[in-house]
Amino acid sequence: MSASTVVSPVSVRKAAEIVPLRRPGRWVSASLVLLALLVVLWSVVTNPQFQWGVVVRYFTTEAVLRGLGLTLWLTALTVVLGFAIGGVLAVMRLSGNPVLVGVSWGYVWLFRSVPLLVQLLFWFNIGALYPVLSGATPVIGPVTAVIIGLVLHEAAYAAEIVRGGILSVDAGQVEAALALGMRRGRVLRRIVLPQAMRAIIPAAGNMLIGTLKGTSIVSVLAVQDLLYSVQLIYNRNYLIIPLLLVATIWYVLVTSLLSVGQYYVERYYSRGAGRLS
Amino acid sequence: MTVAVAVTDLHKSFGGTPVLRGVDLSVARGSVTCVIGPSGSGKSTLLRCLNHLEKPDHGEIEVDGVLVGYRRHRGKLYELKEKVIAGQRASIGMVFQGFHLFGHLTVLENVIEAPVGVLGVPRGEAVESAAALIARVGLAGREGAYPRQLSGGQQQRVAIARALAMRPKVMLFDEPTSALDPELVGEVLEVMKDLAADGMTMIVVTHEIGFARSVADTVVFLDEGSVVESGPPGVVLDAPRHVRTREFLARVR
Ligand SMILES: Nc1ncnc2c1ncn2[C@@H]1O[C@H](COP(=O)(O)OP(=O)(O)OP(=O)(O)O)[C@@H](O)[C@H]1O
Ligand SMILES: [Mg+2]
Repeated sequence: MSASTVVSPVSVRKAAEIVPLRRPGRWVSASLVLLALLVVLWSVVTNPQFQWGVVVRYFTTEAVLRGLGLTLWLTALTVVLGFAIGGVLAVMRLSGNPVLVGVSWGYVWLFRSVPLLVQLLFWFNIGALYPVLSGATPVIGPVTAVIIGLVLHEAAYAAEIVRGGILSVDAGQVEAALALGMRRGRVLRRIVLPQAMRAIIPAAGNMLIGTLKGTSIVSVLAVQDLLYSVQLIYNRNYLIIPLLLVATIWYVLVTSLLSVGQYYVERYYSRGAGRLS
Repeated sequence: MTVAVAVTDLHKSFGGTPVLRGVDLSVARGSVTCVIGPSGSGKSTLLRCLNHLEKPDHGEIEVDGVLVGYRRHRGKLYELKEKVIAGQRASIGMVFQGFHLFGHLTVLENVIEAPVGVLGVPRGEAVESAAALIARVGLAGREGAYPRQLSGGQQQRVAIARALAMRPKVMLFDEPTSALDPELVGEVLEVMKDLAADGMTMIVVTHEIGFARSVADTVVFLDEGSVVESGPPGVVLDAPRHVRTREFLARVR
């Protein structure tokens, strides 16, 4: 305030200190929850049935690591191919061509309706429908059946995620791009998709993590992923709980890494989105 | 006088409702035409037909003597391929009421995107002329800002720079100041006046009667999809011959 300003008597009085409302209930509830957590943690650490020694021993054995490798590979393949096909389906759905729209809609309807497990069993037994595909060495072995099933299933969900992302971009962006002389393909690549990513990434991150864990379904076809690898071991030595823990901890570790990655990818695609970014 | 834009008997309807009912328009090169008219009279539709964002049902549009969107062959008009239409649009600048700057790109990136991607201008060259355009609209120093970090008036000025970067033969403005707070309208109109003084051919849909009076060479009053009256601002705005024009002007004042 400049010296020449007339100071009113009210603003001369020193402003009183502000005392926030005390919330004793907060402390009580927090203590109770922490206590419960400690009890659970204590039992986990001290219960000999968890057999932490066994967990440590098997955590990095070759069989487990090979299973982990297959799980990661299946996940990557499923997500990459699933989103590639899903992206095409989304563009078909938004194309305005009635045939493409119908086919895309029908695909999503069908593959979202059939349970993944049922689908995997279908692909595994495809030789019964098309005997050409069976024979001495079946064209579609368990791993191929699993990849086909996972990818087709993923694509149906990915199509909806990508479509939702594209629809979240204001139509004015497309008009402005067209008015500048850009062609449809360029508008999609350079203007729409980069902005659609903001809506796509959180949902796709969810999908990725869901797929990582979802691949464990392939153990029913005796494909040696992470889960099936530990099952093979505990079927021999009956150390069920510690070996399930081995698989669980790996799933949690990989999921955590993916979540961290998602944070950075999200931050990249939200540039320009906030006033202060 | 050379004609920059010629519209002949333009018709357009949406789902059976006629929006444009035989519009004729002739715009001289280097002139400013302001289109005024009540809401829903078809002003935006007319403008969007000029760069084929909207396909006319009937009628012809020529920009710089070239038919827009179609090829004439044995008395019929055949729609052109997307690639050719895109090429035609590249030389027709358009500025929207809602700015529509690309939100994921900085000011500079917004301005060079089409010159580099559509015209194939080398990046260094594009950056250089973009910087000049950004300075021209009064935003030197803000090249790295994202659209959301700018005021509406600043965004609209970037949108004008973005359109100018394509070196258009004609600039179309669809209510460029209608979405702006009153105190920001002036800065955008200043840029447009500057453009007009520079000899740019402009078609401006606007409710700014003051701007039309001081800048327009021709004012076109559109009502219910047809041109009711057109002529110099001194006539159309100050001594309109038609009752509908008078009624409209009485309402917007
Ligand atoms: N894509 C569309 N589909 C259906 N109707 C439309 C479409 N675009 C415009 N219309 C209708 O056409 C009429 C004219 O619209 P237009 O946007 O050209 O009017 P305008 O003169 O620009 O009005 P305003 O001053 O409100 O912007 C309106 O009744 C509008 O509802
Ligand atoms: Mg309009």
